[in-house]
Amino acid sequence: MLDIKRSAASKWLLYTVVTLGFVAVVTPFVWMILGSFKGQGELLRVPPTWWPETATLDNYRSLFSEESFLRYFFNSTVVAVVITVANVTFCSMVGYALAKLKFRGKKLVFGLVMGTLMVPGMVTFVPLFVLVANLGLVDTYPGLILPFLVTPFGVFLMRQFIIDLPDDLLDAGRIDGAGELRIFRQIILPLCGPGLATLGILTFLGSWNNFLWPLVVAQTQDHYTLPVALALFSQNQQVIPNYGVLLAGATVVVVPVLIVFLIFQRRFIEGIATTGIK
Amino acid sequence: MPILPLARGLEASTDPPVDDKPQAARRRWGFNKGGPSRRGSASALQSRAAWVLALPFMLLFAVFTAGPVISSLYFSVTDIKSRDLRSPFAVAFVGLQNYAHVFADDRFRQAAFNTAYFVVIGVPLTLGIALAAALALNTGITKFRTMFRVGYYTPVVTSIVAVAVVWRFLLREDVGLVNTVLHWVGVQGPDWLGSTTWAMPSLIVMASWRNFGTGMIIFLAGLQSVPVMLHEAAAIDGASSWQRFRYITVPLLRPTILFLTVTTGIGYLQFFEEPFVMTAGGPLDSTVSMSMFTYQQFGFGNYGFASATSYVLFVIIVCLTAVQFRFLRSNT
Repeated sequence: MLDIKRSAASKWLLYTVVTLGFVAVVTPFVWMILGSFKGQGELLRVPPTWWPETATLDNYRSLFSEESFLRYFFNSTVVAVVITVANVTFCSMVGYALAKLKFRGKKLVFGLVMGTLMVPGMVTFVPLFVLVANLGLVDTYPGLILPFLVTPFGVFLMRQFIIDLPDDLLDAGRIDGAGELRIFRQIILPLCGPGLATLGILTFLGSWNNFLWPLVVAQTQDHYTLPVALALFSQNQQVIPNYGVLLAGATVVVVPVLIVFLIFQRRFIEGIATTGIK
Repeated sequence: MPILPLARGLEASTDPPVDDKPQAARRRWGFNKGGPSRRGSASALQSRAAWVLALPFMLLFAVFTAGPVISSLYFSVTDIKSRDLRSPFAVAFVGLQNYAHVFADDRFRQAAFNTAYFVVIGVPLTLGIALAAALALNTGITKFRTMFRVGYYTPVVTSIVAVAVVWRFLLREDVGLVNTVLHWVGVQGPDWLGSTTWAMPSLIVMASWRNFGTGMIIFLAGLQSVPVMLHEAAAIDGASSWQRFRYITVPLLRPTILFLTVTTGIGYLQFFEEPFVMTAGGPLDSTVSMSMFTYQQFGFGNYGFASATSYVLFVIIVCLTAVQFRFLRSNT
């Protein structure tokens, strides 16, 4: 055994520090949720209250009726679901080809994937906007979705996952006369569950939280996603912000993701630890 | 074909990774006398299948990633403006003029300075917290370990915009929670986001708070690969826990530290949402980032100029990535 006999005192100290850190990390979220049920008067009181004295749903009411956040919620969901389904499908296809098949141009494809893993959206958004504008897709769902249907990251993740699957399975399929596409569909895909789940969760999350591109391409309220709507709403509130509605808006953006995360936290954390890239 | 499994077992241990193993096996064991032609068609089939599988990706990738990366470079050497939106190829070539203007622009220099500030302070702070959290969870904490781990990781999954909206309120001078807590310990906190001195540190602390969870998870994975034996041997030799950390843990974690430094650095170089939501780049441009500068130039319709600024950022990121690949290769 490791020869670290911690004294009771040092153990207490460690737990205290770790707990304080935990409180510091979690408090903003708790405070956001509690604050979303407070009226403006209570939110601006000095010193601030913790638990809402008079809990109200007014913030959510005005968020969903006056600010049409239901629409933005719908937009965010549609965009994220389509992007996730496409990434899971297309990236696993290429991932399989790169992991298990021999073909002309394989090195080129893999090089392109690796070379663009780190290309920031900031570099491509100006020409992308010009392209999307010429396709007539500004302020449309396809405009929001098309640029993210595949990601080099997704391909990389699926390749890493599939490359570890035993070749014997493929050989068995080939001997039985199955074509490569059928092997992919009937042998590889069913074994990719964990990899697909990790990719799906990370893609959904990335799309849900994505900001720059929707900000550029969604130009009317019809196609705002939640982060865009929240940021612009917050910007228009510079003088006397309506904090209750802002906190309710932040809650609506964050809480669905928190729920997904808490359900799948093990998968999330394993995904991060194995790929090393978020 | 009863001997095939055996054949497969044999060649798996002798051959370098080959993808069409049954083909190779058949060849070796004398099946398929008409070898070459049959093999050629099989690998052609495989090649075709691979391209069918890769096609949707390659098309989308070419149009929406590779194309824009190249046209961004092209835009950066033209005078394209928003009025050229419909005719992006009918614009004048201006050489490196945009780049010259970029580097001569005082506001861009301010943005570059702010970005450097954010990265140079933010990366070590984030990774320091991440490493401390990972060490604490890896050594002393046994109860509630999962709860702490999940809690620390939570901010990473949340929208930066939402988090920034909340923090803008937390950092308010009068009713903000931060200053309330400081008041309990007798400190009068400043107007964090309204001060040219404190706005940037506030954004850095918030970014570290949001992002250290990723580093913590990757450090935890790295720490688990540090052999316990080394620590035991050093402890027997009388090394203190600090010495063991300094001379065993840190050297073994070096690749992890480098990896995280580069990836976190790449992320921080592009910081955008934080100033967009919390400070709008102010006060007095003290929190304008390079990304924000690019976005604003795009908003003004200066597409060529904006592309040049984004390419400057891109080149820095490519250099960082190259450093990382080079280092990882020499390490593995």
